Amino acid sequence: MTTQVNDNRFDEAALQEQFDATIEAKDRIEPRDWMPEAYRKTLIRQVAQHAHSEIIGMQPEGNWISRAPSLRRKAILLAKVQDEAGHGLYLYSAAETLGVTRNELTEKLVAGKQKYSSIFNYPTLSYTDVGTIGWLVDGAAICNQVPLCRTSFGPYGRAMIRICKEESFHQRQGYELLMTMMRGTEAQREMVQESVNRFWWPALMMFGPPDDNSPNTEQSMAWGIKTHTNDELRQKFVDMSVPQAEALGVTFPDENLKWNEERGHYDFSTPNWDEFWAVVKGDGPCNEQRLNHRKRAWDEGAWVREAALAFAENQTAEAAATPTAADATPAAGVDTTTPEETAK
Amino acid sequence: MTETNPGSTSAKDGSAVGSTRGEWPLYEVFVRGKRGLNHVHVGSLHAADDQMAVHHARDVYTRRNEGVSIWVVRASDITASSPDEKDPMFAPSGDKVYRHPTFYDIPADVPHM
Repeated sequence: MTTQVNDNRFDEAALQEQFDATIEAKDRIEPRDWMPEAYRKTLIRQVAQHAHSEIIGMQPEGNWISRAPSLRRKAILLAKVQDEAGHGLYLYSAAETLGVTRNELTEKLVAGKQKYSSIFNYPTLSYTDVGTIGWLVDGAAICNQVPLCRTSFGPYGRAMIRICKEESFHQRQGYELLMTMMRGTEAQREMVQESVNRFWWPALMMFGPPDDNSPNTEQSMAWGIKTHTNDELRQKFVDMSVPQAEALGVTFPDENLKWNEERGHYDFSTPNWDEFWAVVKGDGPCNEQRLNHRKRAWDEGAWVREAALAFAENQTAEAAATPTAADATPAAGVDTTTPEETAK
Repeated sequence: MTETNPGSTSAKDGSAVGSTRGEWPLYEVFVRGKRGLNHVHVGSLHAADDQMAVHHARDVYTRRNEGVSIWVVRASDITASSPDEKDPMFAPSGDKVYRHPTFYDIPADVPHM
């Protein structure tokens, strides 16, 4: 397929023109279309970072699976953490259509060469945090991800559509958990407020640096990868969250948080961007722990990946060694009750 | 339609299992949402063999009753039309308007047409 392109010797300017026209028409770029190298690189970086965030994001909550307060909560948390794994896989799958392999991306992550959302570098100190993460962290993620369903790169947009459908469960289970605690004892209500106090600012930082300090935003918007700026999304999240906090009976730790009639939005303080950059650069409370855990899982799982491949190779070799038998009867260990449509 | 990028090494090495740094081959996944519908492409995944690909597809793509049947196929076994989705290959159908029912003028008062 690559040679075909070479034979035709398309003029790069003509390809660029076609690409620009597709973006201009708000149509989607698909994996085998020509695209500028910088567009491909930007997408690989963004989709990989997004995928890594889902995978690393399993850790803060995964810590609590074995200590869930009831079987109901445990089943919910297991399903949620499993979803995060699934979201990571949808996104790695989208990234791979850009010409990178999943192994490459994982190796870059564990080597610290690619980043993930800095929110996951904060610890989960009590079970309450499972609720707060669902409400605020997944809530912020939804705010970020809903516009990405219309991003210009087809596979990324399709992955986001699947993810957004599932995130709604994540946010609602978290909010319901917090509501349950708010109906409990005074001590439980204090736990909710304390947890919200810790997560509010990191959740606001999830939208990334302010617009005047976000060098990639302009180009990403011109390419239709992003459709809203970081500050727009952050404002939207604040506006959505305040009435939810009121309904829950908690407050956010910001004395400047108040409705601005003129703007039609809530005013709020500037997040501590020094803290944000410190966490991004590796100095958050859990950066090292998260990365070490991921690296250990990757290294210790190597023998499983290799064994599965060796088994598959043996099966292929066996089938090749006995061609007539393989034609007449299915290979040992293969489930023969395949439905009529599992076209073999 | 495969989404595999021709430049992707994982797609190329699909036939030679394990030749590039032990990566499991790439599979494309198709799910039938319910009886009466076609299988539709939903994404891809890696698996060591066909059976594992089916199991992984169940876990990754049908956690909420999204399907009643799954097809998986090695990405390297898919033949696609051309690198460009807007290829002139599809141009011949562009000028044959007479293949569409709206090409024909029928008086509005003729019933059931």
